[in-house]
Amino acid sequence: MPKKSYRQAINEAIRQEMRRDPNVIVLGEDVAGGQGSSGGPGKVGSVFGVLAGLYDEFGADRVLDTPITESAIIGTAGGAAMTGLRPIAEIMFADFVGVCFDQIYNQAAKFRYMFGGRAKTPLVIRTTIGAGFRAGAQHSQTLHPLFTMVPGLKVVMPANAYDAKGLMIEAIRDDDPVVFLESKLLYDSDGEVPDEPYRVPFGEANVLREGKDVTVIGTGFMVARAAQVAAELAKSGIQCEVIDPRTTSPFDEDTLIESVQKTGRLVVVDESPPRCGLAADISSIVAEKAFKALKAPIRKVTCPHTPVPFAPNLEDEYMPNPRRIEAAIREVLAA
Amino acid sequence: MADGASQALQMSRDELRRAYRRMKTIRMFEERVEKEFAAGNIPGFAHVYIGQEASGVGVCHDLTDEDYIGSTHRGHGHCIAKGCDVKGMMLEIMGKAGGLCHGKGGSMHIADLSKGMLGANAIVGGSPPIAVGAALTAKMRKNGRVSVAFSGDGASNQGTTFEAMNMAVVLKVPAIFVFENNGYGEHTAASYAVGAPSIAERARSFGLMADCVDGSDFFAVVDGMRRALDRARSEGLPYALETTCTRHLGHFVGDPQPYRTPDELAAARAVDPIKNFRARVTDVKLLDLAELDGIDAEIAAEIEDAAQAALAAPFPDLSTLETDVYSRY
Ligand SMILES: Cc1ncc(C[n+]2csc(CCOP(=O)(O)OP(=O)(O)O)c2C)c(N)n1
Ligand SMILES: [Mg+2]
Repeated sequence: MPKKSYRQAINEAIRQEMRRDPNVIVLGEDVAGGQGSSGGPGKVGSVFGVLAGLYDEFGADRVLDTPITESAIIGTAGGAAMTGLRPIAEIMFADFVGVCFDQIYNQAAKFRYMFGGRAKTPLVIRTTIGAGFRAGAQHSQTLHPLFTMVPGLKVVMPANAYDAKGLMIEAIRDDDPVVFLESKLLYDSDGEVPDEPYRVPFGEANVLREGKDVTVIGTGFMVARAAQVAAELAKSGIQCEVIDPRTTSPFDEDTLIESVQKTGRLVVVDESPPRCGLAADISSIVAEKAFKALKAPIRKVTCPHTPVPFAPNLEDEYMPNPRRIEAAIREVLAA
Repeated sequence: MADGASQALQMSRDELRRAYRRMKTIRMFEERVEKEFAAGNIPGFAHVYIGQEASGVGVCHDLTDEDYIGSTHRGHGHCIAKGCDVKGMMLEIMGKAGGLCHGKGGSMHIADLSKGMLGANAIVGGSPPIAVGAALTAKMRKNGRVSVAFSGDGASNQGTTFEAMNMAVVLKVPAIFVFENNGYGEHTAASYAVGAPSIAERARSFGLMADCVDGSDFFAVVDGMRRALDRARSEGLPYALETTCTRHLGHFVGDPQPYRTPDELAAARAVDPIKNFRARVTDVKLLDLAELDGIDAEIAAEIEDAAQAALAAPFPDLSTLETDVYSRY
């Protein structure tokens, strides 16, 4: 199978879907780039290069550069989705949803329910998440809990290139608003990605590694970190089962519960602050549904309850890192 | 209305020296930022202000430490124009202990409230509403202060900016909205993204008095700001000032700029506010070249000192990770 980067995988998914369905459009800031400039449009393809070449293939009618105006970007995309287009809107950094959250959670997410099931909102909101980029407090957050708690939104966190393509195709073909969270630190990671279109269904976890001693679950960039620690610990005979839920809404409870029934131990690795977050949510699901299977208290490895710091040493400590993940695993094993 | 040349004649030599020193400090500071960035000493990304020095320095020329400014992601120039300490800035940009924000903020979040500098801002359109708030404080306290929101042409299109302008008109507060139009928001031209005939025109339609000046001409900026300050200080009302500039470099340090032709870039770089200033003040014999070169040498030493201090400084202690989230918790 051909090797492609996470970035290329997303590009390919969008390109193939745009070829297949003329209703699919892309809009956002610098998604083409160079509009009105001396060098002409199309030379940027979004700031992380994910949309490279789309302007050249599909033109200004389907690859729309917008002003810097997030509320209007998401509002326009939501309105267009409700009336028949299938927009893929880009918010450059997830942090910027602060500017447009109303259009996400009061508008697009609620159309269907408020209108008694009569509306269909096939909208994809692509945005980027994650610390470790040295980008400071307003460009580094991992805000999946904020979206996951909103009824009406589906939330996707691809953790590798193969999933990125399949989940993006699934997102575009889905009739509900989907928030597609791309981990900045994964853009250059490679994986085997088939050339032809394929779908990865929502709500089906990926079990990366089977093990009998402890279940370790994480999303996005944290999946690689958890897997790295698990591989390391395997050398000393500790068998971790590593689970990537792929989507946080819908969430595959069955795979997780089944795993905890087997291992009796759970470590949740999550890159976001600890309060009201995904780690707390996952822990509560297990406490409710697999309490009797637990042989040790659940351990959460999260960020502290602080904004993302700028100084590199503080930021590295802020993120769940291999040292903290390993310590948590050893702790539940010792209990 | 006085033209640029006569304004220059009205300024004292000390005022001119201070203005030149600030503009040149910005230029040399930013050149050092580029260099340290390339050497891997600056984490993350940096947006430099080269080519726009006359705008920030002109806008801040008649402000005091008591007046407020809110800045942007391209904030180093605004900080220096408002009197922030360059060593503290360099430390902050390198994420070091002793930086103006103790290494927690970085390039896009430098603030110094003791200088009325309410923060660079990494959210485009973040500053205008905050500046309205500071103007409201000034109004309530009747202390005669004004509040300036710096925004780019790109930020001029943000809803928060529109809302802030309308709010300032409705609440009648001394807020000055400065729009530094450098022709680009990231990689998209203002001619594409600003739907109105001009940024100043659009501000006028919101009910503000507004004006557009040549942002590469320090004297034209001071002149425009004096009209804005007059309105804000004596009548307590908002004003919008568009300053036209050119962006000499990329959006961020390292931007390869495939969307700009070499000709356009050369033309943009030919518009140089510092060269302009030197020519103007030496033409009328207010300052001479030897004196200006002497100032350059002093600034070079100051920047060298700041950079060396920042390079040598330690990163913040890990114990500070969880401090400063709240005043009390
Ligand atoms: C809310 C928000 N949207 C988008 C961005 C990404 N971004 C950073 S700077 C910038 C361009 C700003 O252009 P302009 O206001 O003209 O300022 P300039 O960079 O030219 O100084 C963009 C889109 C951001 N930081 N915040
Ligand atoms: Mg601009």
